Amino acid sequence: MSDSPLVLALSSLWLALGSSAISLLAGREPRLLRLAAVPLLGLAGTAALVAGLWTLIAETNASAILPLGLPWLPWHVRLDPLSGVFLVLIGLVTGAVGLYGRDYVRHFEGGRESLITLGGFSGLFLAGMLLVVLADDAFVFMIAWEVMSLSSYFLVAFQHEQAANRRAAFLYLLMAHVGGLAILLGFGVLAAFGGGFDFASMRAAELTPLWAGVAFALAFLGFGMKAGLAPLHAWLPEAHPVAPSHISALMSGVMLKVAVYGFIRVVLDLNGEVHWSWGVTLIAVGGLSALVGVLFALVQTDLKRLLAYSSVENLGIVFIALGLALLFQSTGHPNLAALALVAALYHALNHALFKSLLFLGAGAILHSTHERDLDQMGGLLRRMPWTGSFFLIGCLSISALPPFNGFVSEWLIFQSALQAWNLESGVLRSLVPIASAVLALTGALVAATFVKVYGIAFLGQARSRHVRRARPSPKGMWAGQGVLAALCVLFGVLPTQILGLLDPVAEQLLGTGVPQAGANGWLWLTPISAETASYSAPLTILLLALIAGAAIWWFKRRASWRVRRCDPWDCGFAAPTPRMQYSAASFAQPIRRVFALLFLIDEGQEQGADGVTRYRLRIADRARGWLYLPVARAVDSSARQVARLQSGSVRLYLGWTLVTLLVLLWVIS
Amino acid sequence: MSAWFIALLQALLCVALAPLLVGWVRRVKARLQNRRGAPLLQPYADLHKLMIKETRVAHTASPLFRVAPYIVFVAIWLACATVPLIALDLPTAGIADIIVLVGLLALGRFFLALAGMDVGTAFGGMGASREMLISALAEPALLMAVFTLAMTAHSTSLVGVMEHHLTDGFLLRPSYLFAFGALVLVALAECGRIPVDNPSTHLELTMVHEAMLLEYTGRHLALMEWAAWIKLLLYGVLIVNVFLPWGIATVFTPAALALGLIAVVVKLALLGAALALGETLMAKMRLFRVPGFLNLALLLGLLGLLSHVILEVGA
Repeated sequence: MSDSPLVLALSSLWLALGSSAISLLAGREPRLLRLAAVPLLGLAGTAALVAGLWTLIAETNASAILPLGLPWLPWHVRLDPLSGVFLVLIGLVTGAVGLYGRDYVRHFEGGRESLITLGGFSGLFLAGMLLVVLADDAFVFMIAWEVMSLSSYFLVAFQHEQAANRRAAFLYLLMAHVGGLAILLGFGVLAAFGGGFDFASMRAAELTPLWAGVAFALAFLGFGMKAGLAPLHAWLPEAHPVAPSHISALMSGVMLKVAVYGFIRVVLDLNGEVHWSWGVTLIAVGGLSALVGVLFALVQTDLKRLLAYSSVENLGIVFIALGLALLFQSTGHPNLAALALVAALYHALNHALFKSLLFLGAGAILHSTHERDLDQMGGLLRRMPWTGSFFLIGCLSISALPPFNGFVSEWLIFQSALQAWNLESGVLRSLVPIASAVLALTGALVAATFVKVYGIAFLGQARSRHVRRARPSPKGMWAGQGVLAALCVLFGVLPTQILGLLDPVAEQLLGTGVPQAGANGWLWLTPISAETASYSAPLTILLLALIAGAAIWWFKRRASWRVRRCDPWDCGFAAPTPRMQYSAASFAQPIRRVFALLFLIDEGQEQGADGVTRYRLRIADRARGWLYLPVARAVDSSARQVARLQSGSVRLYLGWTLVTLLVLLWVIS
Repeated sequence: MSAWFIALLQALLCVALAPLLVGWVRRVKARLQNRRGAPLLQPYADLHKLMIKETRVAHTASPLFRVAPYIVFVAIWLACATVPLIALDLPTAGIADIIVLVGLLALGRFFLALAGMDVGTAFGGMGASREMLISALAEPALLMAVFTLAMTAHSTSLVGVMEHHLTDGFLLRPSYLFAFGALVLVALAECGRIPVDNPSTHLELTMVHEAMLLEYTGRHLALMEWAAWIKLLLYGVLIVNVFLPWGIATVFTPAALALGLIAVVVKLALLGAALALGETLMAKMRLFRVPGFLNLALLLGLLGLLSHVILEVGA
């Protein structure tokens, strides 16, 4: 009986692979992608969701050994509460993407891009992510990790006819492998002490503090890189936006969380004892990511790039919370650590929901208008009412406004940060409040960013002709967004239930949960105690609705309820035109000016080919020039050095092979 | 049950008192500037006038434009209703702590800025952009000030903070002084008062808050204005009741409640007079001087927090 969730999870893996296999036929019969492959993806997601929920509710642990792999190293898989949470996360988003994708992939039919690539690698990508979460030895983990990374590379390079997309994909591949190498080395350290590649022996191993630190550093480098933490984030805003939108949703919403999963698994589960300096590192890097991510998001004018930068910011917040958890755990406050861990998981779940929702919304706009540039949009709420309403819910959630879901997780993070007075060290006690100041600044800047996004894209007047003629997206697409929007509201209104689901993870990893959070009934969320802090999301939304309803009722009784339409105020001069509106760049200008030091700004005028002078504004990311280009150049030049071996003479190649063999024999003898 | 009744009464009192506070500030300001000024109850008359007038909406406005006034009003009212005005320990206080209160204010501001951008004129976008700049810098300062109080009281609930302050007696803590300074600066910025914004300006290029409301008429405008006044009241109550909670009712007897009401009215009248005096003495600053002003607030907030965790926790 306790194996059933695991069987279900494995069957979702097979469904994902099945979706991939069916897509191989899509070259001959394009409709198969839409009619079979994408629905199978959704089905796989639903199965994963059910398996995850089952594990969390029944609090089961199930493991199995698959008849695959090397003779002395069969594949171990395991489904515990931590995997369960991430299965739920993958399942929720993939289910919605399955609904949405059916109509979205339709416009690739008859296009020049290969449908086999799209469908085949989407299935493999999902299968890879599911297997990462289920893996119970380092070998399976790394294989699944590479399947996930490589298949997502092909999805990033899907529209490879544009040079920018190929560059982005190469950068992504490079980063994925540097990160993968660090993870592999980290597992190497753990396996050396544990004496085996399976997680059970790693868990039992006793590491010396130095090597534990090395394993932590490698895991943080590898997983942090994949999660897009600053200053190693520059690949993320290049790679995520160029994939098809439903895949962008999966990459930003889900794949980044798989990196978070890997980090939690290695550091909190396998590595054992934690050191307080790890927590401080995480808080510092997380704070930097949050701030850099949101400031760059704010100045973007490309909608999908903006969303990708905002993922950097949200992952920063997740890592701040994880840092708090490590800090509290290492200083002997496991109950506070549990609160911070649960807050981190909650935020990861929330980010998966609202970021996917926003990416699907961006995809719907792309589908209807073929436009990603905010400065060409405007007035879309009236053209696409459903997409517009769901996108608004996404914006409210990501801006951490009550009573939506983003608020609850940030509130919990604030609450755990405010418990810093429990710490003995004065330095740590004053460091945590500074982290919460960063978090507060980030939150306010996120609100500015999403006011800009929504105000420019959905409100005002259309800034170009094709946007003015936008058509509502097909039903399937808004159904997918609707599911995610409803979940955003649900996760915001019922926080005690969600915390109840996340509780087993804290108990599994830290030995203690947060039972007090729901102690005063489901209406009241009390993370520490009722006196310390309480928040009642259901009552908040109820009162908001009641008062608004009363106000409307009161006005409606009066005769003058109808409004008269008139022209907007034009100061007595010419009527306002759409070009007179504030643009995305002008909206961000004051904040850009205040934080000018962070950006590399290239601003001026340039003469176009048609003789018209245009304003030019380019904002570059400093991290790219500092960190990425040197690495890319080094790889390029070393590849050129290695290429000298390639003379074209077979005899020389055979000679090299012989020498290599001799050296290897000498090494192992 | 009586507790919920008093909570309801207090929520209604917030809405009813807000125009009076604004009328009082305007009146004092007028007298300080040697003008006779409008009567004390003029804001009520203004609201009534706006309510009965016809409401007009631009052709280019979307449905959000018509919904926004209700959301802004309700969010700010709910935020205000959770602040203890005349009595402590009301059941509404458990619905929202200080962080939720800041969140509700942010919800109102989000819709206000969106409504400003909806019609598609340049002024609305300009107001929204500036408002979000100011709030982006003010919100962290506000939270820092609030966290100082919360860490002292070991509670983020306003009731907890005030009770702690009441039982502790009047102690001059350095952290409280810093937090007080930060909160005052933030309140000036968030309520759109001089020197950050001028509530009585109608010169388009200098407006922030008024620019977002430029397209509103009739009952929509009434709701938006009223919401802004409630926000002023909220910040006023926050300042006087958190730092000087004495007089607030801790038991629900009519005498205690009456005393609480008188106490808060006197405190707010003094604060309003101070605000009017400040607005008379100071000039509005350029927009790009505002970040410096708010950085000072953030710095004060952080100093408060640090002096609390370093000086007061260990001691």
